[in-house]
Amino acid sequence: MISTSQFEISSDSPAEISASLSPSAETVAVAMSGGVDSSTVAAILRERGQPIVGLTMQLWNQRRLPQLQGEGPAPHRCCSLDDVHDARRVAEHLNIPFYVINFEREFENTVVRPFVEEYLAGRTPVPCTRCNNDVKFEHLHATARQIGAERIATGHYARVRHNAETGRYELLRAVDESKDQSYFLFGLTQEQLARAEFPLGELTKQEVREIARRLAVPVAEKPESQEICFVPSGSYVQFIESYVQEQERAGGETTKLGESGEIVSTSGEVMGHHNGLHNYTVGQRRGLGFAVGRPIFVVALDRATNRLIVGEDGDLRRSICEVRDVNWIPFATPDAPLRAKVRIRNRHEPAEAEILPLSENTARVSFVEPQRAITAGQAAVFYRGEMVLGGGWIA
Amino acid sequence: MRVYLDYNATTPVDSAVLEAMLPYLRDNFGNAGSVHTPGQRARAGVDAARESVAALIGAKPSEIVFTSGGTEADNLAVFGVVAASPGTRKHVITTSIEHHAVLHSCEELVRRGIEVTVVPVSQKRGADGVVDPGEIRRALRPETVLISVMHANNELGTIQPIEEIARIASEAGVRFHCDAVQSAGKIPVDVTALGADLLSISAHKFCGPKGVGALYVRSGTALAPRFYGGHAERDRRPGTENVPGIVGFGKAAELARKLLVEDSARIRGLRDRLESALLERIPGAQVNGDRTRRVPNTTNMTFANAGGEALLIALDLQGIAVSTGAACSSGSTEPSHVLLAAGLTHDEARSSLRFSLGRATTREEVERAIEVVPGVVERIRSLSPRAPVAAQSAAVPTR
Repeated sequence: MISTSQFEISSDSPAEISASLSPSAETVAVAMSGGVDSSTVAAILRERGQPIVGLTMQLWNQRRLPQLQGEGPAPHRCCSLDDVHDARRVAEHLNIPFYVINFEREFENTVVRPFVEEYLAGRTPVPCTRCNNDVKFEHLHATARQIGAERIATGHYARVRHNAETGRYELLRAVDESKDQSYFLFGLTQEQLARAEFPLGELTKQEVREIARRLAVPVAEKPESQEICFVPSGSYVQFIESYVQEQERAGGETTKLGESGEIVSTSGEVMGHHNGLHNYTVGQRRGLGFAVGRPIFVVALDRATNRLIVGEDGDLRRSICEVRDVNWIPFATPDAPLRAKVRIRNRHEPAEAEILPLSENTARVSFVEPQRAITAGQAAVFYRGEMVLGGGWIA
Repeated sequence: MRVYLDYNATTPVDSAVLEAMLPYLRDNFGNAGSVHTPGQRARAGVDAARESVAALIGAKPSEIVFTSGGTEADNLAVFGVVAASPGTRKHVITTSIEHHAVLHSCEELVRRGIEVTVVPVSQKRGADGVVDPGEIRRALRPETVLISVMHANNELGTIQPIEEIARIASEAGVRFHCDAVQSAGKIPVDVTALGADLLSISAHKFCGPKGVGALYVRSGTALAPRFYGGHAERDRRPGTENVPGIVGFGKAAELARKLLVEDSARIRGLRDRLESALLERIPGAQVNGDRTRRVPNTTNMTFANAGGEALLIALDLQGIAVSTGAACSSGSTEPSHVLLAAGLTHDEARSSLRFSLGRATTREEVERAIEVVPGVVERIRSLSPRAPVAAQSAAVPTR
């Protein structure tokens, strides 16, 4: 673990530091969101004398769906003007080259539209993972290499290491379990991991804040962002509706918003009516619009019949799920079943399971104990100790 | 070594210009509208500058309206002429390669119920980026009140057939505005020879300060003001004069007039050297815009399969400042409207760079650019990202 005491505010001016850099040192691109984590990454690398270039992705134009804005601009989103401004301020403070790169098109195609379509298809997507797989470690990475930075550092809490024996790159949980983001990184390929650096994976949140303060990072006291960056005020339902309406107005080809349909019990009894399946997610209890005197939960969303299926807590528990687009990390697709702990959503406590590879990139996960609310569209990520073995999308 | 090749975005203030301005920030701080001696000193500075700016474009001093820059001059011309023209049905003609200061003003006119015809430019390779005066003539209507065509395009450098267009306008009794922001100081600009009724210029494009420009308004041209609140600039542009800026503008205009011939010959030589060396060393490189009708300082080149945004950043990291298009459009996902209008595909437009040279550009800077650019283009071409998989939903249904 890195001790925070080695980070002292340097008395050198940044210009002097950069003058003393070895010209052969390889430049690293830092993906800077304007938040405290990625800003601290930039500050840490800068302090080490690493040549860096700050890159901020412009991902989503918040003026696009003005009906979502409500009272004023949404604060602390990944791509609000504020955050680009903050990232620029940090880069200025660190005296590093800094650029804003526009990936709005790529972000919409690979993250926003699939996010909306997943919900409309009755699934619950994980947009952050798609952004990592298809934007941050793909397009941003490609741009970084084009401008001369072979490696990219981000503010993710996770660790990556090279295993000399197997020749493969391994992904590990963060040292600070409460901050661990390895769940969102399971889809990174060997090539992507080889070029990734996660300097915060070894640190606790506390240590990161402390380093940020010591290095006088301008955003050291900024609150953390928690929500989906492009969904203002956390209302994804409103976002989906506004987006679909915008696409319809523009004459684009989008899936239509779901229509209202029946709410039925697991035994087929009609309990009420829903107003479009995108309003619901598996495990949801509130907002069903009727009461039967005992806790009732969404158990499944049946897109084919446009029915919302509800039941009791016990109906939510399942032992088996199939996963698609499986990415294996420390080894190629195994040819025999293996034991692992499997996490089925971000904050889920990984549960003991057997994983049976069905093909190159599909598998069946059989939990030892039934798990509550295994949700289509979420990721199932396989762990062994602190190592991420891989993961896939729940079918 | 820092290399600055983005003079069409802006230029460094000439040291003589700065020297001329300093007294008006310190001792001669008066308001040019005041009666007392400090006011009179400021007024004298403004008057001298007005004469110098008028002389640069062959106008009378009384025909110069100082503004906050080129954008305001363009807005004042477009909205001012339309508002001052009689009748209820009004029609305006402009071109597809105008600066946004004119194009966005025309879009606003449309929202206000005024009809606008946007005339295309030639897309024929070698003659691209130039408007055909015949197209302007064909667009004329009885209710046309204004034609606005730029002199030199900011991205391509192409020079438009202004004299012919002015003649067409004059024969039809239509007011003609010319945005000369990118030509003044680079090639001779004479309002009488060009035949413009209104003409915009901006100080910072020829080594003057930012925040000051002018609209030439031919005597007798009806123009409604955009601002109200005082009598400055003969009521056409009220507001306390930006005295230091205007004085600097005057000095810059004086220098431009004096140095034009010498500067442009030298700069043309450097531009041609840069252009031919890059064409020679970069496979598939091509020049955009009619090369026979261009301002001497600009070249716009496409390096197919090398994204302009990455090119721009990679070059900046090597100390070379260039641009992908107008500075006002940076950060936008849309490719340049000018390059598209000139017939480039979206991909070509996104793989283009503008190099623009100026008074302080040295041979060494150009040679450095020639040394660095080919390698950067090659690197970026070899690392082009995978093509975005079409929506990806077909191949990966569950994600």
